[in-house]
Amino acid sequence: MLTKRIIPCLDVNQGRVVKGKKFENLTDVDDPVKLAKYYSAEGADELVFYDITASNDGRNIFLNVVEQTAEEVNIPFTVGGGIRGIQDFHAVLRAGADKVSVNSAAVLKPEIIMEAALKYGRQCVVLSIDAKKNQQGQWTVYINGGRLDTKLDALTWAIKGESLGAGEIVVNSIDTDGIKDGYETELTRAISDAVTIPVVASGGAGKKEDFLKVLTEGRADAALAASVFHYGEIKICDLKDYLASNGLPVRRVE
Amino acid sequence: MIAIIDYGVGNLKSVYKALNNLGLQAVIATTNQEIHNSAAVILPGVGAFKDAIIQLSDSGLIKGLTKSVAAGKPVLGICLGMQLLFDKSFEDGEFQGLGFLKGEIHRFEEGLKVPHMGWNHLKKNIDDPIGRGLTDEEYVYFVHSYYLKTCQPKDVVYWCNYGTDFPAIVRRDNIIGMQFHPEKSGKTGIQLLKNFGEMIG
Repeated sequence: MLTKRIIPCLDVNQGRVVKGKKFENLTDVDDPVKLAKYYSAEGADELVFYDITASNDGRNIFLNVVEQTAEEVNIPFTVGGGIRGIQDFHAVLRAGADKVSVNSAAVLKPEIIMEAALKYGRQCVVLSIDAKKNQQGQWTVYINGGRLDTKLDALTWAIKGESLGAGEIVVNSIDTDGIKDGYETELTRAISDAVTIPVVASGGAGKKEDFLKVLTEGRADAALAASVFHYGEIKICDLKDYLASNGLPVRRVE
Repeated sequence: MIAIIDYGVGNLKSVYKALNNLGLQAVIATTNQEIHNSAAVILPGVGAFKDAIIQLSDSGLIKGLTKSVAAGKPVLGICLGMQLLFDKSFEDGEFQGLGFLKGEIHRFEEGLKVPHMGWNHLKKNIDDPIGRGLTDEEYVYFVHSYYLKTCQPKDVVYWCNYGTDFPAIVRRDNIIGMQFHPEKSGKTGIQLLKNFGEMIG
């Protein structure tokens, strides 16, 4: 049986892992390669690296991190952040990433999804959607790190992303990000029901129950989290024991 | 020396590094001479079947691969590389494969999330040295939308289930196929690559 995936997310700034709340107030956490190895040994099913640096220098440091990780970790990992065009896909895949996650660039230029899927295969194109609920109760898509509301309907965008060639969708709720009060289950479920590609829930994990809820009620295929893992509040092996005891198929390592 | 055939698709580096970490010498091969000089061959692959078979043909490396198969060298196809070893695929049309093994590649049925992406369980069908050291609780990382639907059941070393049972590892004599990515499958995948390395006489 296909297992539910648990994915630690590492936000990398100038070669270090950082963590913020609602996309702000960044604090330094640890060395990304060291953390990647640790999570892999603990039973993480995949890893995600987000490059949150803006400068070219920072980008080069980041690619070094990707290369080192590829050398030392043999589970799949995704790279996102600052992906603007096909040349960025090329650079991170060549550095050793397995998948590339696009967000703002895909909204501004949707054909990037199709172009990348044709060139590198759908399996490596991840569409990451940052969404926030408006006063009418509709989720709209935000870009530029959660700063700009595109007014685009999140569900419509997810369906379009799939038809353009995305192989997976990450649903990130801006309202719940870093708050640790649970994932946005309703949105995750709506998107998961609307598409036929795997859906990863992101933003809001605070306790083990949050993972269980989004992986069952939210119909997510995978759950992504950052701070609960970085600060050791939840250990991946304990989380998987908990999910297994609640009847979910998970992969456990010795 | 293990030749990893480079015909312009996929991330070959992770396979290369996984072999190196095991102490197995590998070369990313772009010529038939390099394939000829190697004791074993790996055919990787991601993306679409049609593009892959065209690129493989254009590379001219089918010759070295075919000779390796005939010479009895261990040959391992990974993911799409496994699918290429069979007769034909119905991915976006109907395309001839390399035909080293009998079988056809079809799409997963409607109603399933495709690609089949993530860690799934290996179910043993027959005892084979390629599975040495594996327990009954091993998971490996899959990412594919098409699978080997018709084949000879006695070639199946391990099954996997996603909506239907499908072959995860096949073997006929010196030819081996893995539908998943051993280089991305943690300790289990490393053990499988190690077992492949041990087939080199």
